[in-house]
Amino acid sequence: MNELIASVFETPVINYRQLSPILIILGAAVISVLVEAFVPRANRRVVQLVLVFLALITAIIWAVTGAGQQAITGEGAIAVDGPGTFLQITILIVSVFVAMLMAENRLDPAGDAFTARANSLPGSEDEREYTNRGWTTTELWPLFLFSVGGMLLFVVANDLLILFVALEVMSLPLYLMAAIARRRRLLSQEAAMKYFLLGAFGSAFFLYGSAMAYGFAGSIRLGDIANAISALPGPNGLIIAAVALLSVGMFFKIAAVPFHMWAPDVYVGAPSPVTAFMASCVKIAGVGVLLRVMYVAFSGLAWDWRPLFWIVSIVTMLVATILALTQTDIKRMLAYSSISHAGFLLIAVIALNPQGIASTLIYLVVYATATVGAFGIVTLVRGPSGEATHLSQWAGLGKRSPLVAGGFAILLLSFAGIPLTAGFIGKFTVFGAGIAGGATPVVIVGAVASMIAAFFYVRVIVLMFFTDPAEDGPTVVTPSPFTGIAISVSVILTVIFGIFPQPLIELAEKASIFIR
Amino acid sequence: MNLTSSLIASGQESEAVEASVNYAMQASGAFTWMWLLIAFPLFGAAFLLLAGRRTDKWGHWLGVAMSLASFATAVVMFFAMIASPDADRSQTLHLWDWIAVGRFEVPIALHLDQLSMTFVLLITGVGSLIHIYAVGYMAEDPARRRFFAYLNLFVAAMLLLVLADSYLVLYFGWEGVGLASYLLISFFQYKPSAAVAGKKAFVVNRVGDIGMSIAIMLMFVTFGSVTFEGVLGNVGMASETANTWIGLMLLLAACGKSAQFPLQSWLLDAMEGPTPVSALIHAATMVTAGVYLIVRSGPIFEAAPTAATAVIVIGAITLMFGAIIGCAKDDIKKVLAGSTMSQIGYMMLAAGLGPIGYVFAIFHLVAHGCFKANMFLGAGSIMHGMNDQVDMRRFGALRFVMVGTFITFSAGWLAIMGIPPFAGFFSKDKIIEAAFMHGWIPGLVAAIGAGITAFYMTRLWTMTFTGKARWTEDNQHPHESPKIMLIPIAILAFLSVSIGFILAYGDAIINWLTPVTGYAEQETVLNHYIIEYGTLAMVIAGAVIAYLQYRRDVPITPPQHVSALTTAARRDLYGDAFNEAVFMRPGQWLTRSLVFLDSRVVDGAVNGVAALAGGLSGRLRRLQTGYVRSYGLWMLIGAVVLLGFLILVRV
Repeated sequence: MNELIASVFETPVINYRQLSPILIILGAAVISVLVEAFVPRANRRVVQLVLVFLALITAIIWAVTGAGQQAITGEGAIAVDGPGTFLQITILIVSVFVAMLMAENRLDPAGDAFTARANSLPGSEDEREYTNRGWTTTELWPLFLFSVGGMLLFVVANDLLILFVALEVMSLPLYLMAAIARRRRLLSQEAAMKYFLLGAFGSAFFLYGSAMAYGFAGSIRLGDIANAISALPGPNGLIIAAVALLSVGMFFKIAAVPFHMWAPDVYVGAPSPVTAFMASCVKIAGVGVLLRVMYVAFSGLAWDWRPLFWIVSIVTMLVATILALTQTDIKRMLAYSSISHAGFLLIAVIALNPQGIASTLIYLVVYATATVGAFGIVTLVRGPSGEATHLSQWAGLGKRSPLVAGGFAILLLSFAGIPLTAGFIGKFTVFGAGIAGGATPVVIVGAVASMIAAFFYVRVIVLMFFTDPAEDGPTVVTPSPFTGIAISVSVILTVIFGIFPQPLIELAEKASIFIR
Repeated sequence: MNLTSSLIASGQESEAVEASVNYAMQASGAFTWMWLLIAFPLFGAAFLLLAGRRTDKWGHWLGVAMSLASFATAVVMFFAMIASPDADRSQTLHLWDWIAVGRFEVPIALHLDQLSMTFVLLITGVGSLIHIYAVGYMAEDPARRRFFAYLNLFVAAMLLLVLADSYLVLYFGWEGVGLASYLLISFFQYKPSAAVAGKKAFVVNRVGDIGMSIAIMLMFVTFGSVTFEGVLGNVGMASETANTWIGLMLLLAACGKSAQFPLQSWLLDAMEGPTPVSALIHAATMVTAGVYLIVRSGPIFEAAPTAATAVIVIGAITLMFGAIIGCAKDDIKKVLAGSTMSQIGYMMLAAGLGPIGYVFAIFHLVAHGCFKANMFLGAGSIMHGMNDQVDMRRFGALRFVMVGTFITFSAGWLAIMGIPPFAGFFSKDKIIEAAFMHGWIPGLVAAIGAGITAFYMTRLWTMTFTGKARWTEDNQHPHESPKIMLIPIAILAFLSVSIGFILAYGDAIINWLTPVTGYAEQETVLNHYIIEYGTLAMVIAGAVIAYLQYRRDVPITPPQHVSALTTAARRDLYGDAFNEAVFMRPGQWLTRSLVFLDSRVVDGAVNGVAALAGGLSGRLRRLQTGYVRSYGLWMLIGAVVLLGFLILVRV
C-alpha cells in the first residue's frame, strides 16, 4: 500500500540554492511585517532599515555566487537562467539604491518622503497631530520587500500562472506605495487609485491571454506553448488572441503607447523615491518578462507579432518624445522619457536574436542606473511646499549648485544617448541588434526619435546653466549620505559605463541564453 | 661630400629603406608603464581644477612636478628603447576595449615607437622647461593655479595625441589640445581681444576637425578599422581614389591644427595668450601635430600621389606666406608667429615629399621646437621686463640691459637662420636638399624662403637689441628677468646651438626614425654644392640687408607710404579678408537666401515641421485628460487594434 502511494506522490524537485535570492527577500518581507506588529514605533525605522539592507545584500551575495548555475526547478515552473539571474542581480542592486532614496529623512523638515499616517485625512487635524508626533509610515518597508520579491520571481517565472502571481505580488504593494506621499497627498492618492484601476485592467488582459494560451496548448508552461506552436499546421485564432492579450498586459507594465497613460500621472503623484522604483525596477522586470515570453514561447509566431511590435515600438518612441517636448514639469518630462525608453527597448525585443537579449540587458542596466540618480536629484531641489518640479524653477540651478546640476546634466546626456555616457552604449547595442535582426526601419525611427529627444534633454541643461536663477527660486537641500551615495554612484557609473563599457557588454553577452 | 657631410663624418650612403613599424607588438617590460606619461599631467590638471582655491599657494609647483614626472618617465622609456633591438622598439599597450560589437571594434590602446618617442621627449622636455618658466612669468597673476591646470591638461592631451594607436584615440587627443589651446588663448578673459582670438582659433580649428572626422569615417568605410595597424597596413587594398580622399581630409585637419594655408589666420591672433602658451602650444608642440599626422599617415600619402602633391603645395605656399607676414609685423610675438607658420610650412613640404623628406620634417620639427621656444620665451622675458610692451619700434639697444636674454635670443636667431653649426643649419638644409630632389619649384621656394627667414629674423633681432634705445627709463624701465625664467631659456638656447649637431652626428636621427618612416635618397636636380652654398649666400644676404636697413633709426610710428606688398603683409596677406570673402560672406549669403527661401517658398514645409511637432504635442497632450475612464478606454482601443491587427496579418 505504502509503495503504491509513494509511486504516485513524488516530492517535487526544488533547487533551493537557485531560488535563494527570492526566498531571502520574501522571507525578510514576512519578518518585516512581524516587525511592524511587535517592535515599538520608536525603533521601527531603524530595525526595518537594518532588515531591508541586510536582506538585499545577502540576496545579492547569494545571487552573484550562484550565478551561472542554470536550473529548471519547481516542476518546470521556474527557469533560473542567464538573463533571469542577470536581471535578478540588477533588480537587487538597483533596489539597494532605491531603498537609500526611500530611507532619506533629512530633506523634508518634517521627516521622510512618506506621510505620517496613511489613514489620516489629508489636511485634517489628525494629520497634523501625527506629523507633530514624528510618526512615519514604516509599513513602506514590508511593501517594498514584497514588491522586490515579486520582481525577482517575475523575471524567472517559466509558466504563465507563476508569471501572473508574481506580477500581482510585484504590483499590489506598488499601488499602496504610490499613495503615501507626505506632500500633495490628494494627488498621490489619486495617482494610486488610477494605477490600481488600470493595473487591474491590464492584469485582466494578461490573465485572459493566459487562459487563451492554455486553451490552445493545453499547458501553461512557456516551453510547451512553443512546442505546440511549432507543431501547428495552420492559423489558429486562440493562440493569436493569446499573443495579443498577453502583449497588452506586458505593454501596460512597461508603459508602451497606447498603454502608457497611467505613467505620467502616477510618476508625478507618487513620492519621488517610489517613482524611481517604478521607473527603474518595474521597467527592468516588465521588459525582462516580455523578452522571455516572446523569445521562449512565441518565437515560432514571430512573423505574426513582429510587425505589431514594430508599430508599437515606433509609436511609443515618437509619441513619447513628441509629448515630452511640451512638458513643463520635470517629473512629467522624466515620465515621458521613461516611456520613450520602453520604445527603444522594444527594438531589441523585435531583433529576436542573442544580441537582442544582451542589448536589452545592457540597456536596462544603464537606463536604471541613470533613472535612480535623476529622480534622486529631483528630491533635492525643494521649495517651501516640497519638491520644486516646475521646469521654470530649475532655471539657473547650475549657478547655485554646479555639482548637482552637473550630475543631472550627465544623466540627461545619458538619457539622450550622447557618446561617452552609458546611454550611448545602450542605444548603440540596441540599434546594432535591431539592424542585425532586420529591423532597420525601426532603428531609423529610433535615431530620429533620439534626435528629437536630445532637444528636450539639452533644453533642461541650457535652462540650468545658461539662464539666470529666479529671485525666490528653490534651494538645493544637502541630503543625508543615503541619497548622496545613491546619486553619486548613479552619476559615476553612468560615466564609467560610457568609457569602459566592455565588461558590462561581455557580462550581458555571457548571460544571453534563455532556457526553457 | 656636401657641406653638412663634411662637417660630420657620416656613415656609408644609405639606400632606400622601407618603413617596417609593427603596430601589433604587445608592450612588455618598462613599456607597460607608458600610460603613466599621460596619467601624471592628467592627474595634475584634474586635481588643480577640482581642488580649487585651497591649492592656490602651491598648485603651480604640483603642475611643474607632474610635468617633470612625465618627462622622467619619458627618459626612462627612451633608454629602455635604446637598449632594445630595432625590432622591439615599437610597442603597443592595450588599455581596454571601448566597444567591440560585431565588426565594429574600438580598442583603446597606446603605441610607442621611435616617432612618438621623439615627440614625447620634445613635449615633456620643452613642456617642463616652459612650466618652470611660467612659475616666474605668471607670478603676479591671481589665476596662476588655473593656468597650470590648463597647461597640464594640454600636455596630457598632446601626449595622448602622439601616443594614440588608432585615429579615434588620436582624435580625442586632437580635440583635447584644441580645447586646451582655446582655454589658454583666451586665458586673459578680461581682454576682449583675447576672448575673440580664442573664439577664432576654436572656429577655424573646427573647420579642420571636420576634415579629421570625415577622414576617420572614410577609413572605417574603406578599411573597416580605424587603428593604425588596420588602416596603414592595408593601404594597398584600397583604391587610389579612396586613399586620395582620406589623404586630402587628413591634410585639411593638419591645416587647421598647424595653421597652414588657407586655415592659417588664427595663429597670429592666438598670440593674445600668455607667452609661455605661445611658446609651448603655438610654436613647439601643438601646431606641429599636423606634421605628425602627415608623417604618421605616410603610407596613405605614398599611395595617393595627388594628396602628397597637395601637401607639398600647401607647405610651399605657407612657407612663403608666413615669411612675408613676418617681414612686415612690428609686434614681436606676431613676427615669431609668422615665422612659426613659415617653419611649419617647411616641415609640411618635407612631409609631402615622402620617404626622402619624413625624417627631415621631424628633425626640423625637433630643432624648431627648441629654438622657437627659446625665442618665444626670450620675447616673453622682454615683455616681462618692459611692462608687456610688444611693439619692436619701441625696443632697441636692449642688449645692454638684458644681457642674458640677448645672448640666448641670439642663439635662437642664428639657429633659425641656418648659420652653421647651429641647429637650423642641419635640419633646414636637409629639407631644402630633399626639396631639390623632388624638383625645381619646391627647391627654389624652400631656398628663397630661407633668405627671407634670415631677413625678418635679423630685422627682429636688430630692432630689438641694437641701434638706439627707443624706450625711456620712466615709462618702460627694462630690466632682466628672474633666474627661474632665465634658466629654462638658457637650457633651450644650449639646445638651439647643439641639437642639430647632436641629432645629425653619424646620421643619428635618420637611423633612429627610419624603421618607422622609411628613408630614401634621390639625385637632386642641382649640384649639392650649389644648393648648400647658394642657400647660405642667400641667408647671409638677407641678414646683411636687414641689418643695414634697421640698424639706422626706426620711426616709432610705422610709416604709412609703403609698398603694396608691405601693406598686404601687415594685414596678414589678407588672410582675414580671404576668410571673410570665401567662408563668411557666402555663408551669410547662403543663410540669408535660405531664410528667404524658408520664409517665402517652403514656409509651410520647414516652419511646419517645428509647428507640427509642437502642435502635435499640444494636441496629443489633450488625450491625457486625467480621467481613469478615458485612459481605460484608450487601453481597450489599443487592445482591440492589436488583436485586429494580428488577425489581419494572419489573413
